[in-house]
Amino acid sequence: MATDFIVHEAADGVGVVVVEGLKAGTECSGWIMQENQTITFKILDDIPIGHKVALKDFAVGDTVLKYNTDIGKVVAPIKKGQHLHVHNVKTKRW
Amino acid sequence: MKTKFYGYRRENGRVGIRNHVIILPLDDLSNAASLAVANNVKGTMALPHHYGRLQFGADLDLFFRTLIGTGSNPNVAAVVVIGIEPLWTQRIVDGIAKTGKPVAGFGIEQHGDLDTIMRASRKAKEFVQQVTEYQRVECDVKELWVSCKCGESDTTSGLASNPTVGNAFDKLWKAGATTIFGETTEITGGEHLVMQRCANEEVRAKFKFFFDRYAKVVDDHKVDDLCDSQPTKGNIEGGLTTIEEKALGNVQKIGREAPVIGCLDKAESPTGPGLWFMDSSSAAAEMVTLVAASGFVVHFFPTGQGNIIGNPILPVIKLSANPRTVRTMSEHIDVDVSGILRREMNLDNAGDKLLEMMIRTCNGRRTSAEALGHREFVITKLYESA
Repeated sequence: MATDFIVHEAADGVGVVVVEGLKAGTECSGWIMQENQTITFKILDDIPIGHKVALKDFAVGDTVLKYNTDIGKVVAPIKKGQHLHVHNVKTKRW
Repeated sequence: MKTKFYGYRRENGRVGIRNHVIILPLDDLSNAASLAVANNVKGTMALPHHYGRLQFGADLDLFFRTLIGTGSNPNVAAVVVIGIEPLWTQRIVDGIAKTGKPVAGFGIEQHGDLDTIMRASRKAKEFVQQVTEYQRVECDVKELWVSCKCGESDTTSGLASNPTVGNAFDKLWKAGATTIFGETTEITGGEHLVMQRCANEEVRAKFKFFFDRYAKVVDDHKVDDLCDSQPTKGNIEGGLTTIEEKALGNVQKIGREAPVIGCLDKAESPTGPGLWFMDSSSAAAEMVTLVAASGFVVHFFPTGQGNIIGNPILPVIKLSANPRTVRTMSEHIDVDVSGILRREMNLDNAGDKLLEMMIRTCNGRRTSAEALGHREFVITKLYESA
């Protein structure tokens, strides 16, 4: 099965979509680079190439990890499989 | 990796990969005469810019460092400087002359544009005929100075094209080359990772000084969380959400092995081989102009969404892992590493592919940015003129 999204590390809360035209409801396959593992689940939104999919449910105020490092805070609830981006995550800096 | 290439060995021992004769205006007023000379004498290139009048203090120092450094870069064989008045013109000439390369200056006052253009054109023609007889000689990769900066990054940058640069930087470090990275604000969120890589406490303290100094500029002038400019609209379109996420992708470029052996202020030159940091803007043309002025001769530029920057004297090798960018903007991309995302290629293969293109570029192959005429020469200005 082709890789639809890539995750940097197993501890991360997000994966990056690496194919074009991924539609809501698609059963997707992801590759975790660091640990060389494969995961699959259904995505809930249309997600453009390069954009992130949530790998778990997030509540407002949660920290999002990518590269096993803090990349910002959740400002609107996110479900596993949804599109995670500027509409629901903001910087903790500046 | 191949370790030999054919370059130009300059009078001061440094190695260049291009053989430019540049017409360098001291100031905005001298752009017209400089462009006229470049038009008269084929094989020369003018570097018009907007500054050079009434600057003072640290900003003036940086201005002189940038212009003198540009003329001193080993990719430049000879320089004609044109300025409105003779004293600052001579200051640039004297700075460049320390390299031993041919350089001459012309002041416009008491001559006017037309007489200046005629005299400067005669000198430029003499320089072109002199330096076009220079021959490339065999050089070693350890003599190369290689810079990096990414642009219009997206998540594919952090996954693939930036780590490809990191892989190549690790190999260049082992080969004894001089490498550099910068983009101070774009390390925000990954500054702890750079600090862990600093060779000693002194280097770490200097990095922290530059990082905090730039953070203060942002704090003093910001009106929001910079969500309209950092990440850029292109970054956000490409899937990057926060500055922290962008920074963690950015720092992939420094690889995993080389310690950061020193931190430089803008347009300062390294004093030995190894991996250096330069305090610099994250705006592509400003940063690349600064590393060109500090003496770097070839540049790695990973892009996600497709930044198309070039530099007049520093060949910019562009790589991308975003399959859409590689498809829709193919004329701008020198190295396609999108195979990493399809798992057809690993980072080690990609690093080798980039280094192979680096050697070909050093041997004379024009980069996409050179072929398309991208000559963005953008001077960093620290504050208002007097």
